[in-house]
This record gives sequence, C-alpha cells and structure tokens, in this order.
Amino acid sequence: MLTTLHKQLLNDYQHDFPLSARPYRDIADALGVTEAEVLSAFTELNDNNFISRIGPVIPPNHIGVSALLAMSVPEQQLQTVADKISAYPEVNHNYEREHRLNLWFVVIAADAEHLRAVIEAIELDTSYPAMLLPMLDDFFIDLGFKLELNHD
Amino acid sequence: MLDETDRKIIQATQAGLPLTPEPYQTIAEQLGLTADNVMMRLTAMQNSGIIRRIGAVPNHYKLGYRFNGMTVWNIPDEVIDELGQKVGQLEFVSHCYHRPRHLPEWPYNLFAMVHSKSQEGVDEQIQRIADLLSSYNQGCDVLYSSKILKKTGFRTST
Repeated sequence: MLTTLHKQLLNDYQHDFPLSARPYRDIADALGVTEAEVLSAFTELNDNNFISRIGPVIPPNHIGVSALLAMSVPEQQLQTVADKISAYPEVNHNYEREHRLNLWFVVIAADAEHLRAVIEAIELDTSYPAMLLPMLDDFFIDLGFKLELNHD
Repeated sequence: MLDETDRKIIQATQAGLPLTPEPYQTIAEQLGLTADNVMMRLTAMQNSGIIRRIGAVPNHYKLGYRFNGMTVWNIPDEVIDELGQKVGQLEFVSHCYHRPRHLPEWPYNLFAMVHSKSQEGVDEQIQRIADLLSSYNQGCDVLYSSKILKKTGFRTST
C-alpha cells in the first residue's frame, strides 16, 4: 500500500534528487517530514521493487556504445537461444516479443569494435542472424514519467 | 570528456545511491575521494548532459503499468526529426528513438515505448501518436513483450 509520502517521492523525485551532503534530509525538509521517514519510505519502495534504484540516469551512447538487435527464432528454440544471449555480460535487456522477430536485446560495449565483436560472437553462438538497430537519434526529453497513483 | 574518476563514480552509482543519511560520502569512501568531489563531478556530468537526471527510477510494471508496447512507425526521413520530437514529448512515451530501416522486412524508423494500466489505454495512446503523425504515418506496428528474459547489467535509459 502506497502512502502519500511514497507517492510524493515517486512522482517528485524522478529528477532533481539533491546533490548535497544530506539529500534525504533536504527532501524531508521540503516535504515537512523527518529524514528517517524519507529514508524508510525510500527503503520500502526499493525493497518492494516499486523503484529499481535512486541514482543517475545516463542516456544511451554517452558511455560506451549500444545497439538494439532483433532476431527471429523458432518458438521451440527460443529459450535456449535467449539463455545463450543473456549470458553475455554486454547484454543488458533481452525481451521476447510477439512478432516474427521475437527476440529483442540491447548490447552495450566499450567501443564500436567491441560492440561488433560481441554481435558477431552472438550470431556464431546462436546460428541466427541479428538485425542491427542502433540509435540514430534520441527524441526523448527525460523529465521522468508522470505516474497516476491515485487508485493504488 | 569523462575521466577515469568520473567513470568510477558512474559505475559505483549504477546499482543505486546508498540509503544512508550521507550517500555521497559512502560512495566517496568506496572510491577514496571526498564527498564534495563526488557531488562536484556528478553536477558537472549533469550539466554536460552525460547524466540525464538523478532520481528515483520507478518500476512501471510493479506500479500497475502492466501494458507496455513498443510502437514502431514508418516516417519519411525528411520529417523524422520534427515528428520524433513531438512524439518524444507525449507524457506516456518513455523512450523515443530514430533507428535504421531494414528493407524489405523492416520498414520502421521511429520507435516509441508506451505504458498504460490497460490494453484500452495502450490502444488510445497508439491512436494519439497516429493522430499526431497524421498522413506522415506510412505504416506502423506494435510489439508487446511476452517475457522479460533479462533486465540487468549496466543501466542506461535504453
């Protein structure tokens, strides 16, 4: 059950988390609660997986290079192929999607050469070609995502 | 440009800032730096756009946004910048990217992730994007994720 404080923290602190010595105390002061209440509310959100973390969000391709890849894999082999791909530390997202191209994953590498090597290794390892979909442009201005939490 | 210390700070904060009263001090101690230096470097990286934002990263799925669609659109190249920016500003779009086509099997060059608490909500969001693109929409598809097979490792906003 989300309290008013949980909802405020979720909606108001997706960005502009204070860069100060006692950030949780500064948030507490802004919301009129105690630092301990803010810390325990964030801990509850974290422990219950309502947030994945508090921290810096880095746009793609600012540190290292990344690419989205899509593969078409027969249903009966999907899990095996997906497991092989997920085992690469350079793979950070791997989703099954309802489409002829049914496996979608993101590879992040230190540089273009490393990225190409990982993709080649994955293709060899799985025997399926991967369609390369690097980001050409990012149109998203990330100000956080407005959550409707009133009915929770 | 990032130096080695900046990279270490990014790496140390990717799993999340510690939930302790002085989180930057905790990170600084791990790296043999001062808290002031950590905060100064994070501020500089935010100002230069290397860090997009610092804050809580909500888990949409857990918060009730169970219906997520990857919408893909075929938009004429000459208008993709203008239209991509408009789509990226819609409040229900969480990522919006220009990616290459692979003809003939993949004609789509604009990707927008949408999130809703219901299928009807997603349908409505797709319609709103279609309305915005109007006659520049030369074809679209929506790919729903049936299974999250991996979501870990280094976190960027991809």
